Amino acid sequence: MIRKTILAATALLISSLMFLATAQDASKARKLPAVDVKTMDGGKVNTSTFSNNGKPMIISFWATWCKPCIQELNAINENYTDWQKETGVKLIAISIDDAKTSARVAPFVNGKGWSYEIFSDANGDFKREMSVNNPPHSFLLNGKGEIVWQHVGFAEGNEKELYDMLKLVAAGKPIPEQK
Amino acid sequence: MTYKILRCFVLFTVGLLLINNSSAQTLGGGSIHGNFEANAQYYYRDTLIGAPAVPEKMMMNGFANFIYSNDNFAAGLRYESYLNPLQGFDSRYKGSGIPYRFISYKNDGLEVTVGSYYEQFGSGMVFRAYEERGLGYDNAMDGIRVKYSPIKGFYFKGIIGKQRSYFTTGPGIVRGFDGEINLNEAIESWAEHKTKIIIGGSFVSKYQDPADPLHVLPANVGCSGGRININHGGFNFSGEYAYKINDPDYVNNFIYKPGQGLIFNANYSKKGFALTLAATRIDNMDYRSDRNATINDLLINFLPVVTKQHTYALSSFYPYASKANGEMAWQAEMVYNIKKGTFFGGDYGTNLDINFSKANAIDKQQLNDSTPIATANTQGYTSKFFAFGREQYFQDINIEVSHKVSKSFKFVASYLNIFYNKNAVQGLAGYNSFTSNVTILEMFYKINDKKTLRMELQTLSNGSNLISLAGINLAGKTPSSDYSTTGIKQDDHDKWAMGLVEYSVSPHWFIAGLDMFIYSGDNKSSYSAPTSEVFSNFGKTGNLFAFLPNHYPNISAGYTHNANRFSIGYGKQRAGIFCVGGVCRTVPASNGFTFSVTSSF
Repeated sequence: MIRKTILAATALLISSLMFLATAQDASKARKLPAVDVKTMDGGKVNTSTFSNNGKPMIISFWATWCKPCIQELNAINENYTDWQKETGVKLIAISIDDAKTSARVAPFVNGKGWSYEIFSDANGDFKREMSVNNPPHSFLLNGKGEIVWQHVGFAEGNEKELYDMLKLVAAGKPIPEQK
Repeated sequence: MTYKILRCFVLFTVGLLLINNSSAQTLGGGSIHGNFEANAQYYYRDTLIGAPAVPEKMMMNGFANFIYSNDNFAAGLRYESYLNPLQGFDSRYKGSGIPYRFISYKNDGLEVTVGSYYEQFGSGMVFRAYEERGLGYDNAMDGIRVKYSPIKGFYFKGIIGKQRSYFTTGPGIVRGFDGEINLNEAIESWAEHKTKIIIGGSFVSKYQDPADPLHVLPANVGCSGGRININHGGFNFSGEYAYKINDPDYVNNFIYKPGQGLIFNANYSKKGFALTLAATRIDNMDYRSDRNATINDLLINFLPVVTKQHTYALSSFYPYASKANGEMAWQAEMVYNIKKGTFFGGDYGTNLDINFSKANAIDKQQLNDSTPIATANTQGYTSKFFAFGREQYFQDINIEVSHKVSKSFKFVASYLNIFYNKNAVQGLAGYNSFTSNVTILEMFYKINDKKTLRMELQTLSNGSNLISLAGINLAGKTPSSDYSTTGIKQDDHDKWAMGLVEYSVSPHWFIAGLDMFIYSGDNKSSYSAPTSEVFSNFGKTGNLFAFLPNHYPNISAGYTHNANRFSIGYGKQRAGIFCVGGVCRTVPASNGFTFSVTSSF
């Protein structure tokens, strides 16, 4: 009895989710959720207000204890000035360090000499809303603030792929479905 | 229990259908997104490292989140499945279900969430509900949360609910309130001030039936906290103080002493230079929604440690965890970027990170000559607020140098000197304290734009202040000896080394191999299995590594495409945070095959 009901409920749920998915307006792509994150001086900022005057944005989830995240942000930092000149991109780095290590974030960033906008997501609210499993996880947003591409993990050279995608987005071209 | 899951399942589905029907007409679309992760492992019995035979042979943890959001409305659920839970995860996770589901909306500065939610007040010392999936930690609230910002600069939160405990909730009810004022936002003339000040306060109370045959217990236990954050240019100071009324519980051995916690952080930084100072004093701050809960169960608050979190395999052998029953700890860190073009900076600059941390017990004095410290049903002990206790728990001096030599080669070199009081930190008895020296060299060699070779060389050796306890030397043991009955294993005599090679082809592939091994120490086994035995066992079990004493080899490979990631590994693993192929995860000790899929959409 229970088994049958669960089965029925599952079927209902799945079909409901499918309906919802089809109900999505094709023109309404996925945008940033509205979650509060903290600035480095402790103030609150809502993630739905992130914008870059019609230019692309990169949102990168990282932590001070995550080596590949630091590799990624270092690798981008080496090219950041060039990328900004060519595409007007802005990188927003979201630290998921919790209270254990969150006080280290601002000094850490300064110590590394990064020039990104940094916010703290100490209890993982933004991380959860963005469906991030593990850092590093980066999102590419077009000028309209729509999430057009994402990538998990980092290996040296991955910044090239991000750069290729970024150039497409900056030129207003679509991201290819499969490379 | 099954009915409960069923009920929420049906309710949620109906809820979604309702949204579904209305969305087409009034809400105009929205989006569904989520993520998925599954970690499976095939286990071999390995008497050499104490990995037991697993009756299921193969086990898996998996979960998927689905979130529907549409402007100011959101609903989501997480389906979790542990069939059966991987080794190292609590067996109470056994089974599948939907322990997490919520619906929320926002309207004119008011945000309402019903169902499951995570939340944190201040540093978390009074209240923190959060998840750490890799650790199997999840104390999500199930109840109602309201957030409201009536005017600019004022932020209020109210919560009520029960805490998640595996697939059920704990017995206690947790209620709380938090207020925060951002003075620069609230006071108009302060808007352009260079000094930014935020103050906050919170109060949390738990209720649990006080009926108990042995103790007179408070039904309601309140904990309050005040905090401040001051920022001026590159300078930042934050501090929080918390006070908890008497809260006799299993962890503090049912004493009536109130709890106190103080934490502060001060740092100064400018481009290329940073200085951080942090300190905590924790006294009897264990706070749970079930007074009989232990380990990581039903914790209401979170006590941040002020020691550096290490991530290399050997540097994370001896991690520190904060001690709720009493700890005084401090940390200092300096980060300095030596400019390029100088002697030490070379062509690309050099990054220097020096870190020091120390944790001691708090001062504890007996109430009187005849009452030992922490006697149940008493005040427990007295403590001078600013005095360090004599017992040292932990100390860590470490230095890290990272330098890019050329366009294709860079390295990170570190040295750590750790004092580790294993009994105190891990809550054990019979172990010796020791000093551990760790050296690490990590190198990156870029073959071309896409191909990179990464190498790690690590060594760990412990100081000579180890005293061998008679009769528990395990040297020369054979694979047939039963590990579980040998008593205390003084494995901290061992000297370890590790080598890792990882080859990655951006953006999709990586392959890695490592070996972590004991090269010296009482615990180094002199046993080597006869070749015939190795092959007959390999034929029977398929496990080659089981007869390799002293070694923890591991090979792995992975494929990433955008937000999907697949990996497979085979070998022996020690517990710890482990990073290969660009992602970090906490893993328990084991021998066998691992499979992992993560995905996000």
